[in-house]
Amino acid sequence: MGQTLAEKILSKASGTSVKAGDMAVVNLDLAITQDGTGPLAVRQLEKMGLVQAANPERTVLFIDHAAPSPRKELSNDHKLLREFAEKTGAVLSDVGKGVCHQIVAEQYARPGDVIIGADSHTCMAGALSAFATGMGSTDVAVGIALGKTWMRVPETFLIKVSGRLQPGVFSKDLILHVIGLIGADGATYKALEFAGEAIEAMPMTDRLTLSNMAVEAGAKAGLIAADEETWRYLAAHGREDEYTPLCADPDAEYERVIEIDASQLEPTVALPHTVDNTKPISAIGTVKVDQVFIGSCTNGRTEDLAVAAQVLKGRKVHPKVRLIVVPASKRVFLESLEAGYIKTLVEAGASVMAPGCGPCVGVHEGILGDGEVSLNTSNRNFQGRLGNPAGFIYLASAAVAAATAITGVITDPREVLADAAAR
Amino acid sequence: MQLRGKVWKFGDNISTDHIAPGRLFHLRSNLPELAKHVLEDADPEFAGKVQPGDFVVGGNNFGLGSSREHAPTIIKLAGVSAVLAKSFARIFFRNAINVGLPVLICDTDRIDPGDELEVDPGAGEIRNLTKGETLQASPLPDVMLRILQDGGLAAHVTKHKGLRVN
Repeated sequence: MGQTLAEKILSKASGTSVKAGDMAVVNLDLAITQDGTGPLAVRQLEKMGLVQAANPERTVLFIDHAAPSPRKELSNDHKLLREFAEKTGAVLSDVGKGVCHQIVAEQYARPGDVIIGADSHTCMAGALSAFATGMGSTDVAVGIALGKTWMRVPETFLIKVSGRLQPGVFSKDLILHVIGLIGADGATYKALEFAGEAIEAMPMTDRLTLSNMAVEAGAKAGLIAADEETWRYLAAHGREDEYTPLCADPDAEYERVIEIDASQLEPTVALPHTVDNTKPISAIGTVKVDQVFIGSCTNGRTEDLAVAAQVLKGRKVHPKVRLIVVPASKRVFLESLEAGYIKTLVEAGASVMAPGCGPCVGVHEGILGDGEVSLNTSNRNFQGRLGNPAGFIYLASAAVAAATAITGVITDPREVLADAAAR
Repeated sequence: MQLRGKVWKFGDNISTDHIAPGRLFHLRSNLPELAKHVLEDADPEFAGKVQPGDFVVGGNNFGLGSSREHAPTIIKLAGVSAVLAKSFARIFFRNAINVGLPVLICDTDRIDPGDELEVDPGAGEIRNLTKGETLQASPLPDVMLRILQDGGLAAHVTKHKGLRVN
């Protein structure tokens, strides 16, 4: 019997041929934490008497969730992380560098890697064909110290996407549709594997959005085969020598196959307070917003800022809307500056923040007032996510976000985009 | 290990943001203080009223969302002896075991707020003393049972000088 991507990668990492359901001890290629989970990981290592990194160059401590620090308690957490990096030789990714998952994609993830991170969206690196998964602080602490972890090899759902996305429809709409279809716990303990014509045609930036949100269906990983596009992405980041082709065997066994025709999708929105509460944009009625957030590991890349700039060029953000833009990384920020996107967005009325997680986790940079509504390009709309349990969060693509920022109500971007193209 | 206490009932999709919200991010290095707010956004009275030994009982997909281990840690610090739910989000489930908080998968529809339970997490046996019923939880994988019995992952690694999975 052939192997799924998950089985292939975990077989290599464990040195035995494993199949779904097996328990395996796997060697790690990368272990990461962020400033919300790293301090606890450091304290656990101190408690275990294991203040060490088995592979310091492949251990990265990110400071991205509350960066720059808004409070003294968090500044002290950051100090702890910097001191640990100095002691162990682990890499520190400090304030201003960007969101951990974006930097893992740009600089670290390689096809076939096993990556664990003390952040649930670590699964984003699955777009580069790495078995990447989120764990808690103690699991990652042990992974940092020992260079390995234990895993149950997951069964896989194949998400087979035919056709092409229509103009104005993005991979964000596709993944929201998938999560709405299978539910927020529809893939618990499973791996998702995205394949098919639409995925093959998809640039890496869009694939990253799919893998990023695999965890929103409960999945452990969101994998995509390594192909020419993977090579192109690695090469564009000076890492072409890190490419190896990787795909599932044609006779791999999947627990479930879900077929989707991309051409049938329209812009899709997740309504409060769960990610699987999705509707096509034509079915949501009039929803007024107070804030729009374009950013995060999900949709804060250069291409997202480009589409937002295309929509907002020569237009103004609605006077009753705050538009917050947070580039996902320093590289994204620089690319967007050079391309003029930042200028366009600022002229339209956006507040642009330093690369990082921005308001996504509810710590700073866009906390909602009571009863306020925000439309985000990020990945979670749970109650309280933007720092106030009395707030309401909708999720959508960067195109929907930009169109909404103009009108002040959740808006289908296709009309605005068509109009922008005509001008 | 026999656990005994009263039930606090919650619904489906209790997220880690309900348990340990992002607005209290700055308390993550002060867990006793963070524990005073545990589950605040799902039930504002819970943290003030929960008694040592009590059980948190949820529906489907308990603990969805973030990898923050602080969530099961503060449930434990608040005195809760175990969490029972129809299903758990993967990362929360593993984190709970890692911090030594028993988690049991069972049909929680027949458990009501205030019920008195006696739970044996090793055997997966749940006795509802109020209703005179017994429920059986799905068994934990051996590796997780071992980590739980060792008192969590940090204690497990210290005891075995590494991971002992098989």
